[in-house]
Amino acid sequence: MSKLQLRARVATSIGGAASRVSRLAGRGDGSVIGGVIALRLEPRLLSQLAAGKQIVLVTATNGKTTTTRLITAALGALGQRVATNAFGANMEAGLAAALGREQDAPFGVLEVDEKYVPYVLTATAARVAALLNLSRDQMDRAAEIWLVARRWRDALADAPDCQVVANADDPLIAWAASGAKQVTWVAAGQRWREDSWCCPECGAHLHRAEHDGAGHGWQCGECGFARPAVSWTLDGSAVIDPAGRRHELELALPGRANRANAVVALAVAERFGISVEQALPEVRKVTSVAGRYTTVQRRGRGVRLLLAKNPAGWLEAFDVLAPAPVPVALAVNARGPDGRDTSWLWDVDYRHLRGRQVFVAGERKLDLAVRLEADGVPFQLVDGVDKAVDLVDPGATLDVIANYTAFQQIRTAFGRTA
Amino acid sequence: MSTPQTPGAEHGSLPGQARPGVSSLRLVWVYPDLLSTYGDRGNLLVLERRAQLRGIQTESICVNSDQPVPRQADIYLLGGGEDLPQILAARRLRADGGLAAAARDGAVVFAVCAGYQLVGLEFAGEEGQPLPGLEILDISSGRGERRAVGEVLADVDAALGAPRLTGFENHQGVTRAGPGARPLAKVTAGIGNGDGTEGAYAGRVLGTYLHGPALVRNPAVADLLLGWAAGPLPELPDEAEQWGRLLRDERLAAVSGQ
Repeated sequence: MSKLQLRARVATSIGGAASRVSRLAGRGDGSVIGGVIALRLEPRLLSQLAAGKQIVLVTATNGKTTTTRLITAALGALGQRVATNAFGANMEAGLAAALGREQDAPFGVLEVDEKYVPYVLTATAARVAALLNLSRDQMDRAAEIWLVARRWRDALADAPDCQVVANADDPLIAWAASGAKQVTWVAAGQRWREDSWCCPECGAHLHRAEHDGAGHGWQCGECGFARPAVSWTLDGSAVIDPAGRRHELELALPGRANRANAVVALAVAERFGISVEQALPEVRKVTSVAGRYTTVQRRGRGVRLLLAKNPAGWLEAFDVLAPAPVPVALAVNARGPDGRDTSWLWDVDYRHLRGRQVFVAGERKLDLAVRLEADGVPFQLVDGVDKAVDLVDPGATLDVIANYTAFQQIRTAFGRTA
Repeated sequence: MSTPQTPGAEHGSLPGQARPGVSSLRLVWVYPDLLSTYGDRGNLLVLERRAQLRGIQTESICVNSDQPVPRQADIYLLGGGEDLPQILAARRLRADGGLAAAARDGAVVFAVCAGYQLVGLEFAGEEGQPLPGLEILDISSGRGERRAVGEVLADVDAALGAPRLTGFENHQGVTRAGPGARPLAKVTAGIGNGDGTEGAYAGRVLGTYLHGPALVRNPAVADLLLGWAAGPLPELPDEAEQWGRLLRDERLAAVSGQ
């Protein structure tokens, strides 16, 4: 605390008070407003709050919040405090608020919005940067992803002390990370490939191995850019560490994507001297992340909430669904944070949902209806996910997949019990 | 997506006759590895469905940028893409020659967004420099002052007999139709070509800034393309149009009400 200059201290204190007021007023979880006010008072706050901390930066299109949580859990093995933006507030204000709340913590694990990565990398002098995946997302407001990758690549090239942990199976990630001096390559897999058929280096069509679980090979036939040799591998239900030892993951969180997130978390933990044997028990304790994955009881039905914001995320969410014929409710909005353009629905292959009862809700349910009709998936329109709950048998389970603001609306409707 | 797909007759057939002799259509999705950014597959799915509902079989072929473009297909689709993929696609399509040859032979071409720009005479490269297009539509594109992002409404050229266009645009291009092409529509909301018009067409080549699944909310344009390829089409029964109409009405109302 004493390291902070007076101005930063005052800013942090006023910001903290605003956070508490925001929470008391029921306006939010208070994770942003305090940071906004504090930054207005002291623009260099993020650098000052990060000074003296070992910062881990986590970025991706999908899995940022979960991986941040898993890394925070793994660092818990050191028995020291960790500052983190656990609620997904991942732009400058949210980061400042997170660090400001835990000024004495020696570690900070920060989920960072894709477009803020260069700034945060510099401002926090991050010790480790974890890069998971990059795919199309909210393109009416976000930069084109090749451009994002180029900015990361340039920023990492200018941060020689940063140790990068990167998914070698995502060509765009591999290209961005290959600008860095120190990289730990992880074979974390890549299910969604529609944004990486072409070489990020030269644009030629990439030669890709067929889906084979682990070890997705890829190589450019023209310039030779290829998947780097990896030291960590997600292999089905297990991780293979750099010494070649195999550990069953046995996570509480479901799905392939979360196993991939966990492997990245283990590789990051190892950068801090934490072994897999130490980290894995901590990682396994994570059962739900910001309301996702937990089953809540709602009028006698078990309802499980899954968040999917873009085509790659939907593909991974389908993998997490309970087997058919467990019914599923889908909810899609197109507000600012979701992206106002629903075109991406046509990049998702909804044929995966054939053979189960499908309920359709959300402010853009008609977009979804037309999409499902085209894929030959029978569906039923409902006025809100709660209506779908009533339509499944008492005692049964309903899986819900929603995009960002639709997910928040459902959580609010459920009284944040989720 | 890397391999050609042949969707089966999943949608069932309804009574109705296509032009005698035209019982199947070959649809080519050109370079989905480079030009597929905003749900562009939607246009292929809509054409397949609306053809199959009329008893016309479809064969859909996804041609990646390392494969030759077949010259003997009926309808060619080009999607959207970022700057670099658009430049690469234009270069390869010019070298390949298949698409331009097919268009000269009277094939139907439907191009959106980046694909729309590259079927013209020239378009803007990554630094705004003019680059040569495929020259199958008499339009020229450059870079505008600011990005056009949002819902679009536009009234279609009366000669085409299609109702108002509804869709979403996200681009920084400006496009002018030359004497050999006509604007597709007049903009009433949004930016489109940047001069009050939207899209362009000539013969059986039609382009638009409405990106991604533009045909989803504009089934009449889908039928226009199918009709160019297969001749006069019977109406679809109401139950096949129900959801599409509801969506279209909702979007028209939402944008008109802004």
